[in-house]
Amino acid sequence: MAQYAVMIFERVAPADLPPEVMQGHMDLPARIAEHGGRIVAGLGLEHPDTATSIRDDAITDGPFIETKEILGGVYVLEARDLDHALALARMTPIVDGGVEVRPLSGFQIVEDD
Amino acid sequence: MSAYVEQAVADAHRREWAYVLAATVRVTRDLDTAEEAVQDAYVRALETWARDGVPGSPGAWLTTVARRLALNLLRRGRTLEAKLPLLLGQAEDETEPDAADAIPDDRLRLVFTCCHPALAREAQVALTLRLVCGVATADVAHAFLVSESTMAARITRAKKKIAAARIPYAVPTADELPARVDAALTVIHLLYTTGHTAHTGDLLVRDELTRRALDLARMLRLLLPAEREAAGLLALLLVHEARRATRTDPAGRMVRLAEQDREAWDGERIAEADGLIVAALETGPPGRFLLQAAIAALHAQAPSLEDTDWSQILTLYDELLRIWPSPVVALNRAVAVAMVDGPEAALAAVEELERDGRLAGYRYLPSTKADLLHRLGRDGEAAAAYQEALELTDNAAEREFLEGRLQA
Repeated sequence: MAQYAVMIFERVAPADLPPEVMQGHMDLPARIAEHGGRIVAGLGLEHPDTATSIRDDAITDGPFIETKEILGGVYVLEARDLDHALALARMTPIVDGGVEVRPLSGFQIVEDD
Repeated sequence: MSAYVEQAVADAHRREWAYVLAATVRVTRDLDTAEEAVQDAYVRALETWARDGVPGSPGAWLTTVARRLALNLLRRGRTLEAKLPLLLGQAEDETEPDAADAIPDDRLRLVFTCCHPALAREAQVALTLRLVCGVATADVAHAFLVSESTMAARITRAKKKIAAARIPYAVPTADELPARVDAALTVIHLLYTTGHTAHTGDLLVRDELTRRALDLARMLRLLLPAEREAAGLLALLLVHEARRATRTDPAGRMVRLAEQDREAWDGERIAEADGLIVAALETGPPGRFLLQAAIAALHAQAPSLEDTDWSQILTLYDELLRIWPSPVVALNRAVAVAMVDGPEAALAAVEELERDGRLAGYRYLPSTKADLLHRLGRDGEAAAAYQEALELTDNAAEREFLEGRLQA
């Protein structure tokens, strides 16, 4: 199995997502498992207004890259190959936007000794 | 003897490259190593065939040699460490690498990998020419008017993505197949049209592109006998090819359909296309390539421009526009409208497209508009539209044609 990051880009802020879409996100791991894949980890991000960026030691308010779509969350997906990963990522509930699927070069959870 | 062997190797290169490479990838699971081994096998063919004679089955000989060379490369361990393996589709039957007659035909896997939608179109086109047709990178670069280093970088980047993102070396599943076939056919069609109506570039390179595209279309038709669109693309290219020699005059100037020498059209190719179209239409509703082929075939079978079945052509365009709402299709449809309902109705359609804006900069829009205005006797406006078209083309044959229209 290969690992991919699935990045969710939405024009709708995470807090404004309709309840059925939120429910869709909750149900996603089970649906993906039904189709032979696995979500290994998931990150939900607060609104980009809350982001702080550091560039050349200077601190600025806002996300590093300004886009119309908001990076709302990322999950790590295990799939057989890109075709499988794309088929699974397509199940991500989206209001107005889309997802980017990118192979992972590494994935680590750092645990305390 | 040596000329004979060279010809035999060249023929085997054209006919067998894809098969040999696809079969070798199964051993290496890596495109670069497979390519290197296959390249080497062709070099050895030159020497060995000159000494021992051309084998009865050049493809099997080349495959056996390429796979053996690939195994040697792998044993030397040069590649396994450094490269990500290419992903073979699941449910693999592990075949004996040396049993040449048991080697399955993997050419479809190769095509679908090169034309994968996760690759940019220009990368798909470049990979298809390089890997499926075996065209040297320098020649691929030449065909697309970029430097060899640019093309080499493009091909390398695409191969890296195939390995890193794990684009499978597999024939897509049944539910994905139609879209993936469409992508492969689109690449082949693009290769053909690049050769057929290249803005610039020399004739030899362009002839090579059209020939390669026809070979590829034939191959896909053979490997995907149930896909109507594969038959449609082959038929479409055959009709284009049948009329190609008459598109320009001996001096290289563009000749309009009305003035083309229909006697000189290649009847054999048109008949082959017609057979494909009729057979494919019987099996179900046509897609965009089959519809375009049917339209082209109606033109090719008509005794003259006037005695063309324009109402049938318009019906086909209506259906084509319904399943493929492209402004280019709408523009071509307008030409059929002019023949069925008159230039006034067609001009209205063209002007609507002009307002739509998606065809801004597309040279056939002002040239079509100019023809219609000319037919309506509005010569001043026609001249302005011809001028506009002229400014949009850098193809010498088309420029000369438009300049001729302006002076008329």
